[in-house]
Amino acid sequence: MKAIKNTLREFLKYPSAIIGIGVILLLLGVSAYALATIPYKEAVRLWRGGEDVWYQNPKYAAPAWFNYFSKVKKPVSFKVNTLDGGIEKTVTVVNEHMDSVDMTYSFDYAYDAPPQEITLYFNTAFDQKLPFASIKWITPDGREIKISNMAVDRKVALRFSKDEKLQKSLKTERVMDALFYAPDSDSRKVVKGTYQLVITGTTFEDDSDINAEMVLHGDLYGLAGTDKYRRDLMLPMLYGTPIALAFGLVAALGTTLLTMIIAAIGTWYGGWVDELIQRITEINLVLPFLAILIMVGTFYSRSIWLMLGLTILLSIFGGGIKTYRAIFLQSKEASYIEAARAYGASSGRIIFTYLIPRMIPLLIPSLVSSVPSFVFLEASLAVLGLGDPLLPTWGKVINDASSDGALYRGLYYWVLEPAVLLMFTGLGFAMFGFALDRIFNPRLRDI
Amino acid sequence: MSTESMTAPAKDSASKKSSANSSFSRIAKYTAVRLVTMAITIAIGIYLTILIANMGGYVDTIMRNDIRESTTMAILANPQYRLLGTEEKHELIQKKIATEEKRLGLDQPFAVRSVRYLANGLTLRLGRSLHITSDHGSKEVRLILLERLPATLLMTGVSELMLFFGSILIALPLSRKYGSWFDKLTITLSPTSAAPAWFYGIFLILIFAAILKILPFGGLVDSPPPTNRLDYGLNVLKHLILPVVSVIISSIFISIYAWRTFFLIFSTEDYVEVAKAKGLPSRDVERRYILRPTLPNIITNFALLVIGLWTGFIILETVFVWPGLGITIYRAIGIYDTPVIVGSTIIYAYLLALTVFLLDFIYALVDPRVKVGAGSAQ
Repeated sequence: MKAIKNTLREFLKYPSAIIGIGVILLLLGVSAYALATIPYKEAVRLWRGGEDVWYQNPKYAAPAWFNYFSKVKKPVSFKVNTLDGGIEKTVTVVNEHMDSVDMTYSFDYAYDAPPQEITLYFNTAFDQKLPFASIKWITPDGREIKISNMAVDRKVALRFSKDEKLQKSLKTERVMDALFYAPDSDSRKVVKGTYQLVITGTTFEDDSDINAEMVLHGDLYGLAGTDKYRRDLMLPMLYGTPIALAFGLVAALGTTLLTMIIAAIGTWYGGWVDELIQRITEINLVLPFLAILIMVGTFYSRSIWLMLGLTILLSIFGGGIKTYRAIFLQSKEASYIEAARAYGASSGRIIFTYLIPRMIPLLIPSLVSSVPSFVFLEASLAVLGLGDPLLPTWGKVINDASSDGALYRGLYYWVLEPAVLLMFTGLGFAMFGFALDRIFNPRLRDI
Repeated sequence: MSTESMTAPAKDSASKKSSANSSFSRIAKYTAVRLVTMAITIAIGIYLTILIANMGGYVDTIMRNDIRESTTMAILANPQYRLLGTEEKHELIQKKIATEEKRLGLDQPFAVRSVRYLANGLTLRLGRSLHITSDHGSKEVRLILLERLPATLLMTGVSELMLFFGSILIALPLSRKYGSWFDKLTITLSPTSAAPAWFYGIFLILIFAAILKILPFGGLVDSPPPTNRLDYGLNVLKHLILPVVSVIISSIFISIYAWRTFFLIFSTEDYVEVAKAKGLPSRDVERRYILRPTLPNIITNFALLVIGLWTGFIILETVFVWPGLGITIYRAIGIYDTPVIVGSTIIYAYLLALTVFLLDFIYALVDPRVKVGAGSAQ
């Protein structure tokens, strides 16, 4: 008890340890949140779903909070729907077959540029006769612009910029400019204020209905922005955390523990066992670790769990064995081991209850310090295109970004978000491990 | 901090035997023993690589493709068969392939074949690539890889040497001034080495290429390359800056820290105190009493560092579009060019083994025990 207290007091002397612990706790919190809110299957669906899942998002959109740091306010994307009440919808009965469906949506637009695109998605139900919709656009200065009058099939998307009729009636191909800029000025200034989209629909059957969804594609989106497939980057940022932590921690734990056990067995039995372990270590040194991972990833499977297993397998006979061996050789001669031998303890008992537990203080710092290298290893594999095909991970985002030339094109957020998170994780564990090393290794304490 | 030594038992046993010989033959013998053990190690390493690669029969595929291509080419090019019809030609090709496969023993069990694959791997007969060609248009995997080797060696060599000498030169005076603000700064910064070099490379590209636009994004030279030899060299140097700097950033603080601590432990030894008490200038104390006895361990540490860096260059080259071995592997992964992937794994195994051997050799040169064992005076 007292020892723990002392260690804790020692621990508080190192600011890096406190920062490290803080970072690790934060990451654990984020992981718990991600796993609780997004189930595994949902994460895979959102990440690999295809256009059906992502159509509502703009491409290459930077995070929305960019506006706080910029003088020019760029439009932020949003989407509204009649189904969840985002768009007001009132149905009035005209006669026994005809219904009038009025949908209006007003929104404040205070950005300095028009959006990339506005799209209306209609979803209608009918048996024979198509419902009809007329769409109007009302600007803050009171102008009323007719967007379209159309018969609406079951699933219809109306893209304002691509609509040829609208282009003709506005006499320009730049529909968004016409809808948002002040009409007479040459200064190209966006009229700021409340815009209104009015859809007047008419249905001609009893069970017929119209639902609409309006999607505005701005230059910015959400907390993390989107990539070239319109995917929300928040998902990999959130869900990448538990994956990175799991990979890092399991690999570090597996490697350090197994290395130690092998070293202990080798030193305890000595002779040919020890010799064999030494030789294997030397061979392992010559095996190109990353190249083998790449080979297996290309030929067999890119599953993150296979990679994890292989990483552990290839790392257990690493340089650590020699460090541990040197220490075990010393503690093998200690008198408490002799005592254990005298009362007839078995070799297994001596190794696992006498030799190894003594090493735990040494084990913990190296364990914690080796987490970052494994976290980065996962990212490295992903950067090489060998990331898990299903899971959203940080490395995968960097890979997507760099293969799409994000840095050349000035899409810095795309690379920086996962990179900063990786750095954050790496630094957290490294700082914590560093402080632990100094606490548990008295030799280092004074220097 | 890894201060473990790669003590080779072979060396120990060898050093006991011949105490009368000159230090030269001592080292020669040591080298020979190391060379043999290393050769065995490489053989086992490559054999394991082949085993892993052939779990799905991929080496067989390489061989079969090789046979098919060469037989087909031979028959199509042979004027003797020109008059044959397509059907007959096809039949002939199939027959020849079957004979050739039998000749090369593809019908034998894997255990027998794997030994031959090993021999092929050891002698660098790596087969033909599926898609990738060398700059001269050859599809020999060996030629493709050897052509890329100089670029990789340039980058690794420059960055590793700078890292090695830079960190020792900084660590040595630092160990005397421990507790100073610079010392504390190094300690504080050493956790940054958790990130690999490619990671810093991305940031450096972002800052110096994308935003400041003063250094190139990547590549070996501008295109078109300068015709003048001097300009060419300078141009390559300019492209070398960012990758080298990222390697240095990613490792310098941790190695300074490790060596500083190491020197500190050694500088409390009695003989150092004696040297100081004698009033020797601190430069001499550093060089003769601290650096000299720690040199073997320094080299060991460096060996481990270099080994760690070798494979890390695969990604660094990819990030910097550096036309070396690493980016070739990366491209091969992208188009599933199996022979190139297997071949480069073998080349990497060789490079690692050579590094280990070379550093072991230097180790033997500087290890005072080897010389003391030889009985020669200082």
